Amino acid sequence: MTSPSSPSSLAVRKAAPAAGTTPGTAQGPPPRRIAVLPTAVLVLGALYCLLPVLWVVIASTKSGRELFSTFTFWPGSGFADNLTDLSAYRDGIYWRWMGNSALYAGLGALLSTAVSAVSGYALAVYRFRGRETVFNILMAGVLMPPVILAVPQYLLLAKADLTDSYASVLLPLILSPYGVYLARVYASAAVPGDVVEAGRMDGASEWRIFTRIALPMMVPGLVTVFLFQFVAVWNNFLLPYIMLSDDEKFPITLGLFTLLEQGSNTPALYTLVITGALLAVVPLIALFLVIQRFWSLDLLSGAVKS
Amino acid sequence: MTSARPRRRTSHGTRSAPYAFLFPAALLFALFFALPIGYALWLSLHKVEVDGLGLGKNARHEVWAGIGNYTDALTDSELLHGALRVLGYGAIVIPVMLGLALLFALLLDTERVRLTPFTRLAIFLPYAVPGVIAALLWGFLYLQDVSPFFYVLDKLGLPQPDLLDGGPLYLALSNIAVWGGTGFNMIVIYTSLRSIPAEVHEAAKLDGCSQLQIALRIKIPMVAPSLVLTFFFSIIATLQVFSEPTTLKPLTNSVSTTWSPLMKVYQDAFGKGDINSAAATAVIIAVVTLLLSFGFLRAANSRTKKEATR
Repeated sequence: MTSPSSPSSLAVRKAAPAAGTTPGTAQGPPPRRIAVLPTAVLVLGALYCLLPVLWVVIASTKSGRELFSTFTFWPGSGFADNLTDLSAYRDGIYWRWMGNSALYAGLGALLSTAVSAVSGYALAVYRFRGRETVFNILMAGVLMPPVILAVPQYLLLAKADLTDSYASVLLPLILSPYGVYLARVYASAAVPGDVVEAGRMDGASEWRIFTRIALPMMVPGLVTVFLFQFVAVWNNFLLPYIMLSDDEKFPITLGLFTLLEQGSNTPALYTLVITGALLAVVPLIALFLVIQRFWSLDLLSGAVKS
Repeated sequence: MTSARPRRRTSHGTRSAPYAFLFPAALLFALFFALPIGYALWLSLHKVEVDGLGLGKNARHEVWAGIGNYTDALTDSELLHGALRVLGYGAIVIPVMLGLALLFALLLDTERVRLTPFTRLAIFLPYAVPGVIAALLWGFLYLQDVSPFFYVLDKLGLPQPDLLDGGPLYLALSNIAVWGGTGFNMIVIYTSLRSIPAEVHEAAKLDGCSQLQIALRIKIPMVAPSLVLTFFFSIIATLQVFSEPTTLKPLTNSVSTTWSPLMKVYQDAFGKGDINSAAATAVIIAVVTLLLSFGFLRAANSRTKKEATR
């Protein structure tokens, strides 16, 4: 759970596997021969995964006419026009959907991280009656299929007159059992018990110990929780699909879906859907490329092992 | 997991603090997990009865239905067909996705393999693409008019199958799930591969084991727990399939509004307005999902135990 999984560190590890850990062996570094077949299989896998992304990048450059007439992987000349059309579509509702998604995912992940942090800390640091029961009940939430939750959530929120609002998409996603789990694992690894005890000796209140001492120690783990939750909310479709009817409040996934629904009869809308799909995946992919150096996926293995 | 903190003195604040800290989570759990589940169970055991012509304010009221909604749902052939479709879909998705994830993870962990940072990132990339958009991208790639596959088939003079109908539809839908899920599972398995101490590989290599033998005899058994876990979560996710077939629906007539059981729940609740049978169906799906996933977990655990005692 310690080494960052950045590509550079991987490369180093691959070049000299275990050479540092077993200095007694007289083998020396392995011969620098490339394992062709495994490399080729991996490259094939990578191409398979990149294919739709590559296609959408190229397809978004085509005008409506070019889309159906030219070879798929041959760039067209209409990207700027497509962008203008998309922005002009219904007074720029596309960008409103993007803004909504950013709001749902950003605010939702922030609130979720806050709840996970305070709960995970409490479960890791204190020993109290019913601790494991509370933890197990929270974890059972992971196993609850979204379907059994979403429909009654809608009906209950309808009674409170809260459906078709921003809150109806935000509130049900704040408590993330997986986030609480990660925060607990991280708090018990990163916050030493005697530091908490020392804070008490100095007369600090429990809340102050948490915010001033423990929280800064938990930050790297909380970044992971935030990112997981951000991706989960950004990718969510079922909940907004059920909760929302006013398309001014739609997130991008739902907005693109309705655009496709209308566009299936009018191929003229295809180019809008394609350009919209490209722009919708760009932020997350960019986020990934930037943070994957810092994002400790090793936390996941901690989750798997216990 | 637990911190070994000496308990010298326990002030009042310390004792009540964990409960205060856990209050937000408990409140959210009660409101958005426990209450909806309880309400779903209540709904599933009731039905709406209409007095007379159904006019007036109090004409509709809910009465006890016992297990009526459940027997209706279980004898509903539409739901049964949906369940069979999803089982067929899952039987393709789960082995292929996890097989590829394991293969890629093992290859990434093999000596003298090049380009690993690039391939690892590229295979993980689909995780960043929402399911709806993945289905939308593949949906276009399945369309005869815009797809490169059909272009190639056309140039070669080969027959062009309709990918969005009949048997190929299962493959088309499965491919979307495999594309989206392989990378994430690969990373989970790969991370657990990396935690195997290097001494283990070295010892096997000195004994003359090939890379393939090391992978099959040492690495796979050692990452078995994470394989079991990815399997477990894949079962839950696969049986819940909703956004991918819903997204493909506008592109083809072969995906009905009740293609998967979850789509039927949505259709019953919001299409027909019959929330009671929707609730019963949702409860059934949840129970079947939990039975299958935990059944698998038990089977896997007893098998590992048997192997350990052997």
